[in-house]
Amino acid sequence: MNPIFKILSSLGNQVTSRIWRLGSAARFFFLILIYSGESFRRIHLTIREIYFTGVMSLIIIIVSAFFVGMVLGLQGYYTLQKYGSSESIGVLVALALLRELGPVVTALLFAGRAGTAITAEIGLMKATEQLSAMEMMAVSPIARIIGPRFWAGVISMPILASIFSMVGVMGGYLVAVPIIGVDHGAFWSQMNVNVDFRFDVINGLIKSVVFGVACTIIALYEGFDAPPTAEGVSRATTRTVVTSSLTVLGLDFILTSFMIAH
Amino acid sequence: MDKTTLDIWVGLFVAIGIAALLGLAMKVGNLTSNTLGETYAVTANYENIGGLKPRAPVKSSGVVVGRIDNIKFDTKAYQAVVTLKIDKRYPFPKDTFANIYTSGLLGEQYISLEAGGDDQFLKEGDRISKTQDAVVLEKLISQFLYNKATEESKK
Repeated sequence: MNPIFKILSSLGNQVTSRIWRLGSAARFFFLILIYSGESFRRIHLTIREIYFTGVMSLIIIIVSAFFVGMVLGLQGYYTLQKYGSSESIGVLVALALLRELGPVVTALLFAGRAGTAITAEIGLMKATEQLSAMEMMAVSPIARIIGPRFWAGVISMPILASIFSMVGVMGGYLVAVPIIGVDHGAFWSQMNVNVDFRFDVINGLIKSVVFGVACTIIALYEGFDAPPTAEGVSRATTRTVVTSSLTVLGLDFILTSFMIAH
Repeated sequence: MDKTTLDIWVGLFVAIGIAALLGLAMKVGNLTSNTLGETYAVTANYENIGGLKPRAPVKSSGVVVGRIDNIKFDTKAYQAVVTLKIDKRYPFPKDTFANIYTSGLLGEQYISLEAGGDDQFLKEGDRISKTQDAVVLEKLISQFLYNKATEESKK
């Protein structure tokens, strides 16, 4: 075959297979929504999954939030004191965390910590034919396995992001006030005046919910779609992290531009 | 793992999350200080509003008594029309001054209300007629230079 046709056909194949995957992921998403009534009827399944995705992620979220907050405090102070406005350090730390770092870093950590676990678990369930066995017993694996994990992820993400932002602010406070010596009152009052509840806190929360949906769906779909081999599961896990991270960053740009443009 | 232990952990997790959100709303955000009760809207016209923005504070004696709702441009008078929302708890006389000031040298701009002596109070939809524009630094400098030049020529 002509080499030009070869290149064209491989390009076309890439595009159609990507679009096909996207479409099947969307169908998967709607299937979860349709079955979610059934999964909510067994609420303890969701609670169990919140434990594994949410509670078990707390340590990594808190520790990284603390360090991110402290670094923001140090770096922010270094630049702000050049302009003689080191009291604004509280505003800088709070806004950076609430608007961007809180939701985004939480989502990235969540994809690495919980998303991979979900993909590997479901991929292995599929490889060992547990999902097919369930179907044989007339138990829908979407309602019983996928649904609870999806809702657990969607519920956990905003909670984790709020905790991240709050702990980050505390980390910033720890560096700015006792170590550097910014005035305690100025730190909080400047922050209080310049951080708006609706525009900053709620928008950050909306972002984290969207990221939660995106990360969980990607992790679940990659697991559900993985070839039932050891190699297939390992590749699916890698793809989960890569796709979730890129999706989160892309969505973040889109959401931010909508929120700022209003 | 035991079901009750699981429930306790998840309950704790959700409780910490809500506490963090409350902390963000109260301590970090301005949910407590920003909540104006019932408000009444009045307008004020300005030749020049400088860098005034919607949601900027309206202060009186330094206390926040309201916020700026929106800023429009009136093509009939070629003036800026600023709508202020003032808390119902703070009635102001009809001849109140509404001046645009800047907090600090380069800080944000706000409207300062200085009460007059009228016994009638401002109502919803009223217009504040006594206003003072924002100070534009360039105008101030050119005025200063002009004054200097005229002084020189008088000598």
